[in-house]
Amino acid sequence: MALAQVPIGASAEKPAKLSCKHVWKLFGQNAESFLAGRPTPPDAAALAEAGLVGAVRDVTLDVAEGEIFIVMGLSGSGKSTLLRCLARLIEPTAGQVVFEGRDLLKASEAEMIDIRRHKMGMVFQNFALLPHLSVLDNVAFPLAIQSVPKDKRLARAREVIELVGLKGREGAYPRELSGGQQQRVGIARSLAVGPDLWFLDEPFSALDPLIRREMQTELQRLQAVLKKTIIFITHDFDEAIRLADRIAIMKDGAVIQTGTPEELVLRPATEYVAEFTRDVQRAKVMSVRSLMRPANGAGYAGTVRPEQKIAAIAAQVIEAGKPFAVADESGALLGEIAPQAVLDLLIGRGPAGA
Amino acid sequence: MTDTALTSGSRPIPWGRIGWLLLLGATLALGIWHGLLPWAADYPKPWVLPLAKQITTLFKASLDTLMPATRAFSAVLQVPLDFAIGLFAKGFPLGPGPDAPAIPRLSWIGIIAAVTLIGHAYGGRKVAAIAFFCFAYLAVFGQWNPAMLTLALVAVCVPVGALLGLFIGVAAYRNPRFDSYVVRPALDLLQTVPAFAYIIPILFLFGFTPVTPLIATVAFAMPPMVRATTLALHRVPAEIQEFGAMAGCTRAQLLWRILLPSAKPTLMIGVNQVIMLTLNMVIIASMIGAEGLGFDVLFALRNQKIGVGLEAGLAITALAIALDRLSQAAAEAKPALYRPGTPFHRRHPHLLLGLAILAATTLLGTFLPAFAAVPPEMTVTTAPVWDGLVKWINVNFFDYFEALRTFLLIWILNPVKLTLLNLPWLGAVLLAAYAGWRLRDKGLAMLAAGLIAFPALVGLWDKAMITVYLCFIAAVISCLIGIPLGVVATRSRWFDRVQQVVVDTLQTLPSFVYLIPVVMLFRVGDVTALIAIVAFAVTPAIRYTIHGIRQVPPHLIEAAIATGCTRGQILWRVQLPLALPEIMLGINQTILFALSMLVITALVGTRDLGQEVYIALTKVDTGRGIIAGLCVAFLGIAADRLLRAGAERFRRRLGIAARAGMG
Repeated sequence: MALAQVPIGASAEKPAKLSCKHVWKLFGQNAESFLAGRPTPPDAAALAEAGLVGAVRDVTLDVAEGEIFIVMGLSGSGKSTLLRCLARLIEPTAGQVVFEGRDLLKASEAEMIDIRRHKMGMVFQNFALLPHLSVLDNVAFPLAIQSVPKDKRLARAREVIELVGLKGREGAYPRELSGGQQQRVGIARSLAVGPDLWFLDEPFSALDPLIRREMQTELQRLQAVLKKTIIFITHDFDEAIRLADRIAIMKDGAVIQTGTPEELVLRPATEYVAEFTRDVQRAKVMSVRSLMRPANGAGYAGTVRPEQKIAAIAAQVIEAGKPFAVADESGALLGEIAPQAVLDLLIGRGPAGA
Repeated sequence: MTDTALTSGSRPIPWGRIGWLLLLGATLALGIWHGLLPWAADYPKPWVLPLAKQITTLFKASLDTLMPATRAFSAVLQVPLDFAIGLFAKGFPLGPGPDAPAIPRLSWIGIIAAVTLIGHAYGGRKVAAIAFFCFAYLAVFGQWNPAMLTLALVAVCVPVGALLGLFIGVAAYRNPRFDSYVVRPALDLLQTVPAFAYIIPILFLFGFTPVTPLIATVAFAMPPMVRATTLALHRVPAEIQEFGAMAGCTRAQLLWRILLPSAKPTLMIGVNQVIMLTLNMVIIASMIGAEGLGFDVLFALRNQKIGVGLEAGLAITALAIALDRLSQAAAEAKPALYRPGTPFHRRHPHLLLGLAILAATTLLGTFLPAFAAVPPEMTVTTAPVWDGLVKWINVNFFDYFEALRTFLLIWILNPVKLTLLNLPWLGAVLLAAYAGWRLRDKGLAMLAAGLIAFPALVGLWDKAMITVYLCFIAAVISCLIGIPLGVVATRSRWFDRVQQVVVDTLQTLPSFVYLIPVVMLFRVGDVTALIAIVAFAVTPAIRYTIHGIRQVPPHLIEAAIATGCTRGQILWRVQLPLALPEIMLGINQTILFALSMLVITALVGTRDLGQEVYIALTKVDTGRGIIAGLCVAFLGIAADRLLRAGAERFRRRLGIAARAGMG
């Protein structure tokens, strides 16, 4: 199929901000010597035989600068353990975690403290706010432990509190806030030091569905301004589809597929991935690029961009009843998109909707 | 497994029960026919290990080398103690001699106002009222001076004990090996060895100085703080710790700025326990030279001055209640919400007002004596009333009390005592080992056998059996009273409220106070000891029964109602069986409470291990005291481990049953 050759994904050309290579986390006795003594990676049966539990197995990932990279998996898939290996909150059994060109696993304790103080931020599932501090002091806390002068850190804290929309609640304590507000504090706190790398560990899982949606929109708004490199953990595939530039799907400690939402939907690597993508609305995920056909004439009703989602252009294309031209920024004609193809996709007929 | 065969109670031969019967039979046979195996019935004298003497010698030998260290330690602690005593009780003399000018102590009016304000700051009007009435009691009943001496001791012991406990707890939290190999065994020992027993080596090392009771009190009151600290730190959510790491905290910042502040509520419970145990120790501390209320109680007890003793005892209770409620309120108080920029005097109105009143009244006291000391014409005493009441009861009801006393002695106490005294030591050891093996494993069997055998090895078997006998009967009676009361409390709201007040009061009373009325009515002897022990040990039986029944999941009760159970059926078929593990833990606590009280009852003339410790204390015989104390502790630990294993087994069985029911 012609679609397969089209390069998809924002990351391919950008350098990796964080990459991990063959990262393992095994629980059990003598896990390190077990791994070290093998020329090829052990499979699940070999691990079970040695009495080891493979929480993270041979994970290799590249996270590009400025992208939202989502690790999706059900509970017990090892996604949280992977995140903690990347942040070095737990020590991986083997592998490399390269952040801005240096191996984090070789950094000393003092170096790690320095990196975390200036380059990393993390948001937690259950907020992890300090109960004895007000919103203002909670947000200023990461600066306080760096001994930033008081007026400077409070000014910065007020700035990020305003950014997350909590202005006016600076004096409140965490127990006085709703879940959504508490997580806004958590987000503000993680942004206070202006991190380059932002870890979000199931940040919205503890919230009600309506609030969760609101917070997802809030995150998109923030990211449009801040353009951080984000590693986001979730068990909610819809959330992943909605927010991700790229998604890695984990099962039993291993990453079974990495790709854009579109790639996962169009070409699921395994039956397991297909199971997740089955009910996803194609039009929301697929772009014009993957539905267009070679241009074969004139009389277009209008022009659309190749990276636009089908859902965004469906109404106008179907209403016009004529094909639209697909053109890139410079105006070069790439192909055309027909109303019939859009309709087929919307009602789930044809090859793409299978 | 034989276990499952046992529980199902079907075909397979119940080897476990047969084992019990065989062992019991053999033990009884040995007990009845002593000649059968004389060495197994009575522990042979030549086999007794002279541990006590060796320990005494060791202590004497090491005293010279330790002396400079202990002296220095005393000197350091002497400073805050002197300051507290000066501040609360005696003032600071500026020159030698009794008539020298002095900086006055804090005015009593100021102190009452200050504690009332503290109560108001943390707990509102209710706690303020409690604090006010408790301290006013001290003033009105003429207990102010001794009470302030006691308060001075508390004021030094609590910070020292709490801080020491905090540091040890933090060290144990950071180093799990230190925790499981050093801290936990040490705490188990400190909490089961009777306080009397470790007073002796402290007394020996530090001598009769004012600091010695302080050190003994801290040793007694600190263990719960250590436990509370490790527990509180382990309970801090993992995410909060991870946040600390991600924010780039150093280890010290993680501890001081994240872990400890987050753990504050549990830590404050530990501080509260330290306060209560400190007050509990007040009377024992007065035996080695502490002044204050404890000394008054002890003096009254020794001289049979019931009224005086009761008033001083109640004064300790008043102090205990006030400090308990104040510290609980402080623990539960949430930080007030002040907007940034609030000026200091607006943020701390109570603190400033309290300090102002203290300063003003104390200053006034230098001109007006009524401010400096409670005027004698203001105080009352009820001592003659109490003495009269006791006399009246003894005159009119002597026969009834005597009949009860004789009945208990002839029909319950003496038969059990005789049986236990005739119990062959080897049989008892083997029975304990068998119970340990059946309830858990070989490890517990060895532990139980070793602990039970220890009194025999050091030649205290008979005294140990008298201890067991008193403790056993007291525990049985406590359970017979406490468990039904607990059940009633879960079924009647007003009874629950009443029992809560009574149990709270019983728990804040220092254990000595129990002795006073009982001695008056039943004179000295085993019956007196028994009643005092039961009054002290009945509280955990009530508490744990209530807790056990309350924690039965509500959906099970609903299911029982839905199937049409009557209230009685719900109790007997659902609540009690499911509450059994908790009730067993309550029995366990009852036994430990009884053991700790037992040593105190030695004052009224029991002939058990408590008496042995008491004699050692009066002779400052380190080895003898330590060994007797260890015997008590080992009996307690053996009972504790066996009952815990039993409760654990029950729980497992309930868990299995529940799962089978669901499938």
